[in-house]
Amino acid sequence: MLNYNIQWSAIRRALPHLLDGALVTLQIAVASMVLGVIIALILTAMRQSNWRALKAFAATWISIARNTPSLFQIYMLYFGLGSFGLYVPSMIALLAGITFNNAGYLAESFRGGLKAVPDTQVRAARSLGMNAFQAYIHVVVPQLLRIVFHPITNQMVWAILMTSLGVIVGLDNDLTGVTQELNIKTFRTFELFITAAIIYYCMCKLVVVVARLLGWRLFRY
Amino acid sequence: MFETSFTRTDFLILLNGAWLTLQLTFWAVLIGTLGGIVLGWLRNAQPRLTIPLGWLLDVFRTVPLLIQFVLANSLNSILGLHWPIMLIGCVTLGLYCSAYCTDIVRSGLDAVSPNLRRAARSLGMTYWQELFNISAPLATRVAFPSWLNMTLAAMKDTALVMWLGLAELLRSSQYIITRIQEPLLVLCIVGLIYYVMSWAIAWCGARIERRWNTND
Repeated sequence: MLNYNIQWSAIRRALPHLLDGALVTLQIAVASMVLGVIIALILTAMRQSNWRALKAFAATWISIARNTPSLFQIYMLYFGLGSFGLYVPSMIALLAGITFNNAGYLAESFRGGLKAVPDTQVRAARSLGMNAFQAYIHVVVPQLLRIVFHPITNQMVWAILMTSLGVIVGLDNDLTGVTQELNIKTFRTFELFITAAIIYYCMCKLVVVVARLLGWRLFRY
Repeated sequence: MFETSFTRTDFLILLNGAWLTLQLTFWAVLIGTLGGIVLGWLRNAQPRLTIPLGWLLDVFRTVPLLIQFVLANSLNSILGLHWPIMLIGCVTLGLYCSAYCTDIVRSGLDAVSPNLRRAARSLGMTYWQELFNISAPLATRVAFPSWLNMTLAAMKDTALVMWLGLAELLRSSQYIITRIQEPLLVLCIVGLIYYVMSWAIAWCGARIERRWNTND
């Protein structure tokens, strides 16, 4: 059954390229998370507002992000924007797609977390003379981010896993893209993808450990 | 109003792809739920002994699904199995779903108060009678929303089987886009079909929840 000899030299030769790809993956994931959190905060604020147009926009964004596959969202940005004449490179389409998805899911988590922040906080902040924007940024958001820290960590791991979809739209310098490129050249599918899987596993575990350390340090008081 | 080369036959091609998506979702969720029930019960009954099992299932959740499909495909050749790609797709998605379902079932069973279990045992029920008549219904009601979330996520992840060569909804739309070069229209229709499928599954879930919670 197993007359397959794993070619370790193929892994050894490919490892530097794969690690470079892993760095690009991490960059894309971090960028998409930062933008996603900012957009999710804006979407949450929109949902709390009294203007129906803003509420509808936020609700539409969140429902599209949660009810359609992330690959479909990336396709929409890569192929669909081309119809408008906006030819985006693969990395921008991947980044925008993952950010769109992140923002939708995070906005739902923030909505749940917002219920755990007492609205006496906002009233107290307003009575101290802050306007709504200042109250939101300085009083509500720090408490909110502490409550939803664990879901944000989960979403960060999801973002790293979603960057693997870039290869389908032609991205060739993130981890899966580099793996596929080497696969096409050397046909060592099993060795290369098992190594990529181990690198993804280590990256995600590293992110969770760093997040735990960060949480322990940030939320000491 | 506006001209398009999108014909009724193209729409039927998309619906064929959607049917394949639903089939993949059905088999993946079936395998995942059955596996998840067994493994989840195991993890609930023996939490310390099954910690290595938890690590193994964690691997399925921490490696991207696309890479799992590629590895499944190459293992198919390496181990000489020569399974059809539909089977590989269903089994890989099923393993992925069972990794999530294990934790869903475990959390459902953990939510049953141990006092209820002790009361049932003290009434003379055997372990299995207690499990099937007392713990399982309570655990199911607690775990149902998470299970429904997993089903919807599985339906969306079937888009990745295009890598194996299966012509599900998104891949069928790519065939049509390559031919008529109208990506925005075709992708909007595909998004609508995904939205309708997702909404239908969520509606069924809401109906079931309302039926189960009539006394709340």
